[in-house]
Amino acid sequence: MVAKKSGRNRGGGGGGTAAATEVSVEELARVPLQAILLADSFATKFRPITLERPKVLLPLVNVPMIDYTLAWLESAGVEEVFVFCCAHAKQVAEHLENSQWFAQPNFSVTAIESNNAVGAGDALRLIYEQNVIRGDFVLVSGDTVSNMSLAEALGEHKERRRKDSNAIMTMVITQSKTSPTTRQSRLGTDELFMAIDPDTKQLLYYEDKSDKGTVSLDKTLLSDHPSIYLHNDKQDCYIDICSPEVLSTFADNFDYQHLRRHFLKGLLDDDIMGYKIFTHEIQSNYAARIDNFRSYDTVSKDIIQRWTYPLVPDVQFVGNSSAKLDRQGMYRASVVGQSRSAQVGPFTVIGSGTTIGSQSQISNSVVGEGCKIGANVSIEGCYIWHNVTIEDGCQLKHAIVCDGVVIKSGVILEPGVVLSYKVVVGQQFIVPAYSKVSLYQQPIKQDSDEELEYADSSSGFMDASSLSGLPDKLKEESTIQLSESQLQAASEVGSGGVGFIWSTSEGSHEEEWRHSVAPIPAAKLLEIMHTSNNELEVVQQDGNLPPSGELERDSVTANSNDYDDDDVDVKDDYEVFENEVEATFKRALEENIKEDDVILEVNSLRLSYNLATADCSGALFYSMMKSALSAPHPSPSDLVKNAATVITKWKKLLKYYLPSIDEEIEVILKFEEMCLESAKEYSTVFVQILHLLYDKDIIQEEAILNWASEKEGADETDKLFVKQAEKFIQWLNEASEEED
Amino acid sequence: MDFQVVVLAGGFSKTLVPLVSKEVPKALLPVANRPVLSYVLELLEQNNLKDLIVVVESESAALLIGGWISSAYVDRLHVEVAAVPEEIGTAGALRAIDHHLTASDILVVSGDLVCDVPPGAVAATHRRHDAVVTTMLCSNPVSGSTESGSSGGKDKAKKHYNIIGLDPTKQFLLHVASGVEVEKDVRVQKSILREVGQMDIRADLMDAHMYAFKRSVLQEVLNQKEAFQSLRRDVLPYLVRSQLRSELLLNGVQSEENGNDKDASQNPKIVLSQLLANASTPSFHELHALGPNGFSLSPRKTHKCCVYIASKSNYCVRLNTIQAFSDINRDVIGDASHISGYSFSAQNNIIDPSAVLGSKTTVGPQCMLGEGSQMGDKCSVKKSVIGRHCRIGSNVKIVNSIVMNHVTIGDGCSIQGSVVCSNVQLLERVVLKDCQVGAGFVVTAGSEHKGESLAKKEK
Repeated sequence: MVAKKSGRNRGGGGGGTAAATEVSVEELARVPLQAILLADSFATKFRPITLERPKVLLPLVNVPMIDYTLAWLESAGVEEVFVFCCAHAKQVAEHLENSQWFAQPNFSVTAIESNNAVGAGDALRLIYEQNVIRGDFVLVSGDTVSNMSLAEALGEHKERRRKDSNAIMTMVITQSKTSPTTRQSRLGTDELFMAIDPDTKQLLYYEDKSDKGTVSLDKTLLSDHPSIYLHNDKQDCYIDICSPEVLSTFADNFDYQHLRRHFLKGLLDDDIMGYKIFTHEIQSNYAARIDNFRSYDTVSKDIIQRWTYPLVPDVQFVGNSSAKLDRQGMYRASVVGQSRSAQVGPFTVIGSGTTIGSQSQISNSVVGEGCKIGANVSIEGCYIWHNVTIEDGCQLKHAIVCDGVVIKSGVILEPGVVLSYKVVVGQQFIVPAYSKVSLYQQPIKQDSDEELEYADSSSGFMDASSLSGLPDKLKEESTIQLSESQLQAASEVGSGGVGFIWSTSEGSHEEEWRHSVAPIPAAKLLEIMHTSNNELEVVQQDGNLPPSGELERDSVTANSNDYDDDDVDVKDDYEVFENEVEATFKRALEENIKEDDVILEVNSLRLSYNLATADCSGALFYSMMKSALSAPHPSPSDLVKNAATVITKWKKLLKYYLPSIDEEIEVILKFEEMCLESAKEYSTVFVQILHLLYDKDIIQEEAILNWASEKEGADETDKLFVKQAEKFIQWLNEASEEED
Repeated sequence: MDFQVVVLAGGFSKTLVPLVSKEVPKALLPVANRPVLSYVLELLEQNNLKDLIVVVESESAALLIGGWISSAYVDRLHVEVAAVPEEIGTAGALRAIDHHLTASDILVVSGDLVCDVPPGAVAATHRRHDAVVTTMLCSNPVSGSTESGSSGGKDKAKKHYNIIGLDPTKQFLLHVASGVEVEKDVRVQKSILREVGQMDIRADLMDAHMYAFKRSVLQEVLNQKEAFQSLRRDVLPYLVRSQLRSELLLNGVQSEENGNDKDASQNPKIVLSQLLANASTPSFHELHALGPNGFSLSPRKTHKCCVYIASKSNYCVRLNTIQAFSDINRDVIGDASHISGYSFSAQNNIIDPSAVLGSKTTVGPQCMLGEGSQMGDKCSVKKSVIGRHCRIGSNVKIVNSIVMNHVTIGDGCSIQGSVVCSNVQLLERVVLKDCQVGAGFVVTAGSEHKGESLAKKEK
């Protein structure tokens, strides 16, 4: 206690940064510095690779990403790390166990596994419940590569905290100019606009996703801060130094998921408890997060070019076998079988046990361990992981090739290709640019809307759990299935090849070049410049018409934009809600949760998304039918049986949300929609299910009749199911008449 | 220097009634017993800018001002006085005198500016960057108004609440909006932010109404945008907004590709300034014009908007409200006395030798007493300006006030925080607090007024 006091006095006495660092070092010694590492980015940018492995275990210059993060945390003086695993949690935990991290002195790593987190918010709430965080902590994700020293940022954070207990978070940022043409940073992230008070470094505004042409700052900001720096030249490192209040804020606001889009925005816009966020800019150190394939490429190059020192291939910082550094930035493991006539160019890493055939050329690439590269192969700007076989005469440019891939002779990979685990590419096949090939078929229901991150990640989680949860036997089965479907798959990647080419939805195909490992083609750049020039001209013409009424015009368009956004949000909200209900219901099935508890949960979800009871019944019914669909059903009649069991079991639950005819009609409409869109399997048994619902007293005849009459005026296409149910409706009509 | 100076002297400003009257246009209001316009003119003279056009709204005001200038500056300055119709705005005024503008650059100064910022420095900044417009910014007035009644001061600060965006080097103007126009939010164009990377948004700077324009650009904008009324509200924001995609004809404006040979040969100075501008590291304008990676589809046209930021120690206030009038008068004989051009006595005041003081009458520091004025016994004057040939009785208190010329004040009057215009008669025992008394008004004996504006009815 005495030491603490003296330290504080020294710090407060204006001893400058040196003293502040000293204080923080002293404080570090007393309270062990903790960190939360999120081993799941809750995004799908690394699909299809992440279907089989979690992103944090993907090798970055032959070392799993998470090891970079852990090595940095250890060297920066963090003593206790909580690794939050969600997708492929088992694999992450296994990796940690097999690594040396558990054996380090003064460095404890604890894995926290969860299967139902759909975002960072869930993770932090879970950690909050566990009550393990005792003081300020560092929040990072497991795909961060950095060599910054935390002492200075921590010192600043603690100093601010002492003066103002509302300063709950310090964000680390770094200089990085986004390209004005492509509007993305070199890490492939969207352009970011921040407003920062130059004196206090308080963050006042944060916008990373918007199509508006202007940045609008609240006028009141300027009355509080006489000068504000508006930045477009900074990059968010996603390294946050947080106080425990951050966790409780997440706990209080249970709809927060995304760290930036929800938490940060909430704090900046809604002024929650007067909490403030500050920034710390690092000058000479390195910090970057691998968000997409482009940042994977950029960070790999930075590692090879030693910006991340000491986290470089020739320094042993974790179980990696160190390579030797040759001139021109070439790293070679000790055991490499290289033909005399093979040329290995600059900035290339070759892992141990790899053999390279004659006349092959490799430049600006990373090759993992145990790879076999044939003769006359040309590899440029590629990331080849472990145990890959590349036969003679292949040409690879800017591709990612995962473990165990076999590329037969004469194959050409065009820029931007991703080959997931164990894919085999047939002879002489040309894999088109930006295509992604996996042994797994693309999930049929693909949320094309990028905004639906949570929908995505939750479905990702289901995939992941279904995949990782499979025992080995089942996995084998799946490979057998694969070989059965080989005929189809083979046609996709050449004769003798195995794998499915994932089709990208039209909208995102346009944007594929943004996040690929391949450099942006010059033609594309020209095209963008053209469009951006045209845009400018258009904007300008608009700006000219009213001489000074420009502001009004702006506000009008902005308002209409806002309105559109809201509209989209509402739609999104419902889908997110539906997904959440589905997840809740799934959990209820798995863990045998009582109906009352499910009702409670669904009610709270309904309140947090601000929806009506009818939406609940629709969503619940949707989840039930989904779960019936997920059970094996060889024939349509089995499907009806499945549905019958589920409905019988959860009848009480469903009935709770059907207080009136309107909700029942909603359920029928929902069912109809499902048959048309997401679960076409039901379309053949529509009437049977409808009958079932009637038999089980879930839907009254009045509802069905109302629905039928409502549909009468509709288009022919809309009446499809009414027609199917014609007989049933007729029968209902007759029955009611008889009663009368 | 080849700079032509346009002084916008205004006319009979309505906001300054009752101080302004038919006999006294705004430009001739006395500041420490000199017309306010003389401060601008002398500042320009000091900077060797002697070729002036004084633009006055309405013929009658032009006659009054022209008369005064020719008597006061007959040998010192080459001044043309041009009369323009009333209420056509600053841009309109310049449009009206378009044919007088011949020099390559035009310096536009507001005639009500009392400041000590050298216009030469603004002109030099303008030339150095080869800018199309350079504007002078100064810190929001704090020095003078702090000690005065805070209420008035605040109002003024709000009115001139400008939001200004600067580049990191604080040389270029990237965004401009004045608080009155901005409803709630500050909207900044992203396109310019993308080019510059960082913008410093300030609310503590005031547009001081001193602009340097490139003549060709100014004329082009005025001719093409006929709806533009105000330099500050229309012309300047337009130029700032369009700086990265200029639509100007660029008559020798741009330094690079389109350097106009003819223009250049006519104007060796411009060539020199271009060389200087190019010698330094290229600004974001040039980088933008070149396009990314140095290749560009079509050369993009850009132009530069620069700023000159006066240091905090400079004095710079515009006389555009009654409050400002009192503040400036007080400052010029007080804190900012170096502007007045007078030499102060040991008591830090100025009492004309021809003035007569009665017995036991005290004139405190930061006061001024004009020639031929007489004061009775037991009077007290604090922080006030008294004009010429005033007759002041006994037992009169004058605090924080301005008394113009030929004023008669009866015995036992008390004047506080007020402005008393020329030829006013205050009879005995009048008490004035925070009042303005228009020219020639007679205040009846014993009356008390507080916060009122007294003036004769206009016929």
